[in-house]
Amino acid sequence: MPESEKIAVQKIPVTVLTGYLGAGKTTLLNRILSENHGKKYAVIVNEFGEIGIDNDLIIGADEEVFEMNNGCVCCTVRGDLVRILDGLMKRKGKFDAIIVETTGLADPAPVAQTFFVDEDVQKNARLDAVVTVADAKWLSDRLKDAPEAKNQIAFADVIVLNKSDLVSSAELAEVEARIRAINPYAKLHRTERCQVALSDVLERGAFDLDRILELEPEFLDAGDGHGHHDHDHHHGHDHGQGHGLKHYHDEDMQSLSLRSDKPLDPTKFMPWLQNLVATEGQKILRSKGILAFSDDNDRYVFQGVHMMLEGDHQRAWKEDEPRESRLVFIGRELPEQIIRDGFERCITT
Amino acid sequence: MIKKFDPADNSASIASVTEQVQPVKIGAAVSSVHFLGERAAFVGAEEKVFLVNEASEISPVAVHGGGILCAAADGTRLVLGGDDGKLVGLDGNGEVKLVATDPKRRWIDNVALHADGAVAWSAGKTAFIRSGKYEEKSFDAPSTVGGLAFAPKGLRLAIAHYNGVTLWFPNMAAKPEVLEWAGSHLGVTFSPDNKFLVTAMHEPALHGWRLADSRHMRMTGYPGRVRSMSWSAGGKALATSGADTVITWPFASKDGPMGKQPAMLAPLQARVSVVACHPKQDILAAGYSDGTILMVRMADGAEILVRRNESAPVAALAWNGKGTLLAFAAEDGDAGLLEV
Repeated sequence: MPESEKIAVQKIPVTVLTGYLGAGKTTLLNRILSENHGKKYAVIVNEFGEIGIDNDLIIGADEEVFEMNNGCVCCTVRGDLVRILDGLMKRKGKFDAIIVETTGLADPAPVAQTFFVDEDVQKNARLDAVVTVADAKWLSDRLKDAPEAKNQIAFADVIVLNKSDLVSSAELAEVEARIRAINPYAKLHRTERCQVALSDVLERGAFDLDRILELEPEFLDAGDGHGHHDHDHHHGHDHGQGHGLKHYHDEDMQSLSLRSDKPLDPTKFMPWLQNLVATEGQKILRSKGILAFSDDNDRYVFQGVHMMLEGDHQRAWKEDEPRESRLVFIGRELPEQIIRDGFERCITT
Repeated sequence: MIKKFDPADNSASIASVTEQVQPVKIGAAVSSVHFLGERAAFVGAEEKVFLVNEASEISPVAVHGGGILCAAADGTRLVLGGDDGKLVGLDGNGEVKLVATDPKRRWIDNVALHADGAVAWSAGKTAFIRSGKYEEKSFDAPSTVGGLAFAPKGLRLAIAHYNGVTLWFPNMAAKPEVLEWAGSHLGVTFSPDNKFLVTAMHEPALHGWRLADSRHMRMTGYPGRVRSMSWSAGGKALATSGADTVITWPFASKDGPMGKQPAMLAPLQARVSVVACHPKQDILAAGYSDGTILMVRMADGAEILVRRNESAPVAALAWNGKGTLLAFAAEDGDAGLLEV
């Protein structure tokens, strides 16, 4: 039955929609559902009734966060999501993609980790991207007082900076700088009433190992000039608003990028990375990397959420491509020097 | 009765009864199969149940307006819960009866039947029960209900959820008993002698309790989640899916499987996806992720091939009450009946 085989290999893309209360998640969701794109979405929401669209594939969720029984407190999954995805798979073919809307106070990690941990979920569905809707007017305040808002920015692959019409261009620049200080790698779109091209939020392939980098020019540019090291860079841009920003630099959420143009020793690197996420995984929200190993003609790519990692050989290095290893960690209170020193020791000499 | 089941000791290749299978083409995805009298009821993934008689004639019956999420049968009736918020009953003549409708149109995730006619179901965190003599009652579990099972004796319902199982006596004022164990419990079954309770967890493991003293039994080592459990005739063993062999836990002694190793039967290069023990003899049928189906003698592990590895994983297996018919289906609806 070739038809059934085709269905079996097609994994359904899942977009996770997060954002703090009032940022505009429901506006974006209603736009996705009402736009004339010829696609059918199954939507998993936490509050019924907010969505103004008739769709029999809107499912209410309970946002139950379950700890895995492996002694690791950050290995949490969404128990209700496991059940709902299981049930939705009975209706394969009736929808093209799944959107999971989280509550404003939710941590995106358990949702993402559900796709790493659960074998059955993994077989049928794939995480496409975490899309975070942020309120241009209030995000700066929320980043100070709401750890959830910070998590959602740190975790995002795509950030929809909404209500940009309600702030001055200076305020907009400041909030973008704050976002970039936490997460320089996400795609950022300024919007009014969530007017963003749907292709910018859906079908991103942000968790697709094959598409690591191709989607992310920000990532490609991310050398020492970005991320944790670019404090001065941001300072320079923020004329006269140093007060808030100065404070901001001491914030606990940050990104750290590493690079090497000398090949890495896989027998040293892999144990180091695994040990790093095992010991510091609670602090590391997301990690990604492209690696050039010694005596290996292929690019190796990996990504992770907290303690969960997945990686694979991606393709052969191209002739004209510099064989360079790059890693990015986004997290809270990252032990920068320990990570840098550990990485240095994996470089072949 | 099962005279075919006689593999010669010196045969290099496995005995086969594949030619005796009556093929049944359901033509839709199937998630389980049950017998209603002598008719096999293949439960579709959505909307329909396909009743098949001994002549392999298929009669589709519409039962739900969407996905069929759960099903339970007691030999004469089949009760099904759907994502249309309905609980529907079906008998062997194809007669459909609406049992209940969730007022909020929530998904009906689980259903269980009691021999005395009672039916239990769950939607989200709430478990419901309806028995002939009493009015409908409900119980709110601390988290989403993962599975339901009636105790073989008395009106007692086991409700599996996150971090344990609640034993609810719907007709008693007493506080429900809670059996605790960290983790998410997704399936639940009582041993036929009412002495043990076993859950299938979200992680690849089973957990058990001896009901007399709530002593824990950990049954671990599976490479994958256990989705199918079946008690052998008389309840001496619990056969399970989830590994590349049929893992069978011993329950004959008063300590159950505590401190004992399980039997590992019928190893293949594929994961066991569903198991069904024969109702009268120590024989089981096992379906695999590569489409293979084997009949296995539990005493010595001797195997007979029922279906070759083809197409989709096996999704459904069931014996009729007398143990003379085996019905099976792969996920893609390629099904069959075997008279033994």
